[in-house]
Amino acid sequence: MSTPVKDWATDYDIFDPGYVANPFGVWDELRQKCPVAHTDRWGGSWLPTRYEDVFAIARDVERFSSTEITVAPTLDADDEYAAVKSPPISSDPPEHTWARRLILPLFSPKAVERFEPTTRQFCRALIDRFINSGRADAAVDYAQQIPVRVIANMLGIDETMSDTFTYWVRGVLELGLTDPELRRRCRLEALQFLMQQVAARKSEPKDDLISYLLSQQVDGQPVSDAHVLGTCGLLLVAGIDTTWSSIGSALWHLATHPEDRRRLAAEPGLLRTAMEEFLRAYSPVTMARIVSGDTEFQGTRMCAGERVLMSFPSANRDPAVFPDADKVLIDREQNRHIAFGVGIHRCAGSNLARMEMRVALEEWLARIPEFRLENAAAVTWAGGQVRGPRMLPVVFP
Amino acid sequence: MKVRVDCDRCQGHSRCYSLAPELFDSDELGYSKERGDGTVPPELEAKARLAEANCPERAIEIEE
Repeated sequence: MSTPVKDWATDYDIFDPGYVANPFGVWDELRQKCPVAHTDRWGGSWLPTRYEDVFAIARDVERFSSTEITVAPTLDADDEYAAVKSPPISSDPPEHTWARRLILPLFSPKAVERFEPTTRQFCRALIDRFINSGRADAAVDYAQQIPVRVIANMLGIDETMSDTFTYWVRGVLELGLTDPELRRRCRLEALQFLMQQVAARKSEPKDDLISYLLSQQVDGQPVSDAHVLGTCGLLLVAGIDTTWSSIGSALWHLATHPEDRRRLAAEPGLLRTAMEEFLRAYSPVTMARIVSGDTEFQGTRMCAGERVLMSFPSANRDPAVFPDADKVLIDREQNRHIAFGVGIHRCAGSNLARMEMRVALEEWLARIPEFRLENAAAVTWAGGQVRGPRMLPVVFP
Repeated sequence: MKVRVDCDRCQGHSRCYSLAPELFDSDELGYSKERGDGTVPPELEAKARLAEANCPERAIEIEE
């Protein structure tokens, strides 16, 4: 356990349990007093909190590199997969440009429509499991179960691997950020599994994403196995607990705000607008950058190699950009939020995530329009890299 | 009124395509482009403004 934080401007702790559950007051204070906070904890980092600053850093890929993107440093792997990165999220230009172009066609708005029917089936089957019992954990039994099935399906892997995938992803991105040995083991197991899948698709291609990546060429050369493996690993890690957190936060909001829940159930046409507001107000993801060379940013000296945390969640609550920023207004029409980042690293899966979130909420509200928290004290949150509810027991009499 | 997507700024968030598919199309990589010459019929002017106001990259320009 780390010591309590005395001054959030100079000693913040992104894994502090109180902050994870309710970070909003800290961000409001930092935005006003000290827009770029600093800490020596967890390897040391800077934390800009204003929209304008986070926006500028995300777009300034020359000064702020993507060579490391986790909110805390991770151990360098010394196994056979040490050289496997997570392109394109971990790349700077020029590699980033072709690595991203390789995957964008898979995630365009039109391409992801193909996965909507199966996503809907997954949601319906999950609801079937608990609807008659009058209660469910909306995070564990529902939100957590959806993106893992969608991603596995895209990779051509059946849903029996869901729990294992979820374990690996939490090990890499959530629990593993404060437990390096767990992170190392989960990363290795996931890559070993995916390498077997890559080998299997090479001998017997299927209609799936792994086979697609293996069939692509860049500058007349096939894409390397290490690159395919890294990109598949990225889809697994980036595509699961992010979207699960967004779905969970939206259900938490609806469980605790009956007027919004009733309005959405009565006006399904409002869902797309409401979803953008949930993404703004409960943005799940914070990404890191590494300072490329000694520089000055907003009057702060930053040194080469230092870590900067782009708090998209705080940026999206900045009253300088969003009127009534601290209020969740499900009919907010002007909503230039940056929950999926901004600039060349805009989340490549954002169209997929939005489709999953919309279908998950449509299916839930159609069958469970009335629900509430079973016990507010039983709700738990994860935070750090990705913020969202991890236990969310609800009842629906 | 006319709309135009600045393709140097567009990063493929698809907010405009989602809000006003009558005015914007999405290419095979997911980047947006105005349809035709970008002319906005009067009944779609509100949608054009909504698309402009929601683009995270400020990539949409409106000419009046």
